[in-house]
Amino acid sequence: MSLNPLKYVMGWLDERYRLEDLREFARSKSVPMHHTIWYYLGGITLFLFLIQVVTGILLLMYYRPTEAAAYESVQYIISEVPFGWLVRSIHSWSASFLIATAIIHMFSVFFKKTYRKPREFTWITGLVMLGLFMFFGFTGYLLPWNQLSFFATKVGTELVGILPVVGDTFMRMIRGGEHVTGGTLTRMFGFHVAILPALTTILVTIHLLMVQRQGMSEPLTGRPRRAMPFFPNFVLRDIMVWVIVLGLLGTLSLYFPWELGLKADPFGPAPQGIEPEWYFLFMFQVLRVMPAEFLSIDGRVLVFMGFGLLGVAWTLVPWLDRGAARGRPSRVINWAGLVLLVVVIILTIWAKFYHH
Amino acid sequence: MSNGDRITGDVPGPRADRRGFLGAVLGTGMFGLVVSVLYPMWRFVFPPRDVRAAEEAVGIGPADDFPFNSGKLIQFGNEPALVVRTAEGEFRAFLGTCTHLACTVEYRPDLGLIWCACHDGQFDLTGKNIQGPPPRPLPPLEVQLRDGEILVSRPK
Repeated sequence: MSLNPLKYVMGWLDERYRLEDLREFARSKSVPMHHTIWYYLGGITLFLFLIQVVTGILLLMYYRPTEAAAYESVQYIISEVPFGWLVRSIHSWSASFLIATAIIHMFSVFFKKTYRKPREFTWITGLVMLGLFMFFGFTGYLLPWNQLSFFATKVGTELVGILPVVGDTFMRMIRGGEHVTGGTLTRMFGFHVAILPALTTILVTIHLLMVQRQGMSEPLTGRPRRAMPFFPNFVLRDIMVWVIVLGLLGTLSLYFPWELGLKADPFGPAPQGIEPEWYFLFMFQVLRVMPAEFLSIDGRVLVFMGFGLLGVAWTLVPWLDRGAARGRPSRVINWAGLVLLVVVIILTIWAKFYHH
Repeated sequence: MSNGDRITGDVPGPRADRRGFLGAVLGTGMFGLVVSVLYPMWRFVFPPRDVRAAEEAVGIGPADDFPFNSGKLIQFGNEPALVVRTAEGEFRAFLGTCTHLACTVEYRPDLGLIWCACHDGQFDLTGKNIQGPPPRPLPPLEVQLRDGEILVSRPK
């Protein structure tokens, strides 16, 4: 028996759990070689999610989810707690980054037609996760209980309320009552720290298992396959990118700490210049310029239904573009995706520069 | 009872009947169990209706302290309400929740209008929605002057 303690422990484990399988797996796993940044976006998103889990758990040590104490507890975190400003800022910046990398990941998958058979379900789990991340953003936004977040929550939940038949019931469910109150804060907190993390963890696991099971997709241009070992080559590259991202988050948190704003006043006016986070701006702008009635339909219902239908169509893309699996992706779908991307970008910029 | 026959082989009818019967009882019982677990959970997440009675009337101080061409948000029950004194000195009051997507409106002295910051909705001083996305006028409240004191109440 060797005296090397590491070898001894490994031997002990190997004897009981047959680690040879794992070693063999690590040796043989490979990824197709394409030196493009797109291959790293899923991994970056995963890394940012892990940052959210860690910083979120840290924030939980001090945060208090009540109307009376929430704002003050965040103030306490960023002004009194050692490195509290850093943890809170990284949590906010990383949330924003996470949505961005998830969206870029989604569009790269779209334009490279990676959603094609047999990866339809990977596409869908990805979209569901993006939805969960946006819901994470929406629920987390209210937690500091400031003016902006208070009205953002009012608007967001009111949108649910305009749904025919079930709208009112579901609005009360999400708000925890008729109005946005401390009860809503408690409920959003519950979504943010319990329900959403649980669902996301399940989906991330499924998503990764499917990627592992099927391997990474290769582009449609049938170039001869060249591969790179996953361990250690690709993992080291992943880690390198992650370190850069972490550095970026730290730098942004240092020079642009996330603002807390003013404490919410449920009986004060909506603050001037109010707008949501950047990833909701396109919807916000549509809501702002949509007239009260359009073709004699309630404008809000129209917006809601429009985005809903778009979401359904986007989910069904792998089935709408059946030719992609045979190497003949639909040009109509490709152009539609491009137009959608450009329109969303234009709406976002328009919202930023739209002043009354 | 072909199903029972296949499973029990040589066993004739009555036994298979019993198996089917027990299966049905067990299935119904399991279904009842699942429903009786899920139903309370489902109901639990929907909050009960607000029992707090709607405010009848709120006093907001002497009329003389209220400048011309200004507005003030007050708490009316559990909703905000907007009281406006027009440039001519007349009092108007409305529920302050925008009819578009529930932000709280404010009086804009520079425009002489009621305005919502969220999506740029505008209402005139009768509460009528005149520009932007709001679909309906603001619900009006009644303003009375009692001994020089402003009293805001729900219209009768």
